[in-house]
Amino acid sequence: MTSLAAHDVTVSYSRQRVLDRVSLHIGSGETVGLRGPSGGGKSTLVRVLALVQGADAGHVSIDGTWVAGARHRVPAALRTRIGVLFQSPREATDPRLRLDDIISEPLRATGHPDAAVRERVTELADLVGLTADLLIRRPHAVSDGQLQRACLARALAHRPSYLLCDEATAMLDASTQAHVAGVLTDYQRETGAGILVVSHDHALLTRWADRVVDLQTQERRHAATAA
Amino acid sequence: MTTPRLSTDGLTVRFRLRGAVVHAVTDLSLTVQPGELLAVVGESGCGKSVLAHTLLGLLPRNATVSGRAVLDGNTELLTGRVSGVRGRRVGLVPQSPATALNPVRTGRRLLEETLRAHGRPRSDADGIAAAVGFDPADLDRYPHELSGGMAQRLCTALALAPDPSLLIADEPTTGLDRPLVDHTLDLLRRRCDTGNTVILITHDLTAAQRVADRVAVMYASRIVEEQPADALFAAPAHPYTAGLLDALPDRAFRAVPGHPPMLTALPAGCAFAPRCTRATDACATMPDLSGTARCHHPLVEQEVAA
Repeated sequence: MTSLAAHDVTVSYSRQRVLDRVSLHIGSGETVGLRGPSGGGKSTLVRVLALVQGADAGHVSIDGTWVAGARHRVPAALRTRIGVLFQSPREATDPRLRLDDIISEPLRATGHPDAAVRERVTELADLVGLTADLLIRRPHAVSDGQLQRACLARALAHRPSYLLCDEATAMLDASTQAHVAGVLTDYQRETGAGILVVSHDHALLTRWADRVVDLQTQERRHAATAA
Repeated sequence: MTTPRLSTDGLTVRFRLRGAVVHAVTDLSLTVQPGELLAVVGESGCGKSVLAHTLLGLLPRNATVSGRAVLDGNTELLTGRVSGVRGRRVGLVPQSPATALNPVRTGRRLLEETLRAHGRPRSDADGIAAAVGFDPADLDRYPHELSGGMAQRLCTALALAPDPSLLIADEPTTGLDRPLVDHTLDLLRRRCDTGNTVILITHDLTAAQRVADRVAVMYASRIVEEQPADALFAAPAHPYTAGLLDALPDRAFRAVPGHPPMLTALPAGCAFAPRCTRATDACATMPDLSGTARCHHPLVEQEVAA
């Protein structure tokens, strides 16, 4: 079974329950849209799926392998199958690193040899449309759109089977948004990756996603069954 | 003829860096009337936010400004004193609200402080917060306890507290979900309907389409097209505007090829020419903003429809 899925995931912050038995399923080659109100737990669900945050209850599974949650050690071979793209590239990058080092970080972290890293960075930069003169700059010297392209390249570095985009284009102008979506769609066509698109832009979800899940109605359905 | 709320003439801003000059805003001439909502749109890094900071006198020291900006026909914004003008007559909803709020004050203290400074009773705080869709019960939270969208609304409330006749809203809807985006936009629209003026700086074309009377498109520090909103969305004249509209998910969802130029190394001619399918040798010289578009080969209506 090739999918990334959350099964009855529940997460609370202090007394507030942000996710209540939420299940979500992203199949290979599929683009799933996720919407819901501000503060409704969309980003929390993304972090749980990305295995960077644990759930109070419930599980995540990757291609049939069950993962207990981030509190337990997740093998790198599983983690690197998921790429994440966040809303704010400024907050998601180290301001001290050059763009090429930002892109190569996940490869170095998993012990790839230098020559292979350099080759892959060139390939990725080409894929997302970053020129060589931009790669040697640091985040302060590039625009949000250019920095988000670097984050996209970083997310693709390990050729992930699943990509989670948490409002990844909300801060970008229409042209850069279309470019990012185009790169991801091409990547999906080539590799059969599954993509989750979190957004509150109805037009974007309608255009991009194969199906759209509304977090709020999903939770309400649970509330109805419980009652 | 009525006195324009704001008129700028040849407004130009440069930043000196080590070994380079950033052309942030170039030869910008705009007129905005009372009751009008002008949207300024463009890619990130095209100079939109610098324009906001220039009008409020918030530029850093390495900036040089030339040209004129006049408020209500009687107040020079670039050379005059900012006291009594900034905040009171020209308000700003800043981009990135999280960094604009004092972290050691609650929302209520911030709002009451602003109200007192402008001679309004502290009891107005709840009403102003509610008007922007900020639950007054949450006013007692500190900025770090607010979500991005809540901080955004608090910043809007702070800017509206002195009731400025010109409000410059720099990306006021980033991080809000659709109902709140619409709420904020409608609030700005209502301000204009009572005779105030709003300049909405945004990358969100859908937002501009919803509320703006007129839209100015910026590219590489210059305005490349300015039209009434309806006309611009129906029949863009500049190839860049057409490209931006084509990139919308409910249109072609196709990116404009290439990258915007660096503001430290702008070409002498049209800055969009390297990305433009209509470019010819003529584009090596800077076109005037004649008519609606700063372009040697503007699109005519039939082409847009085709």
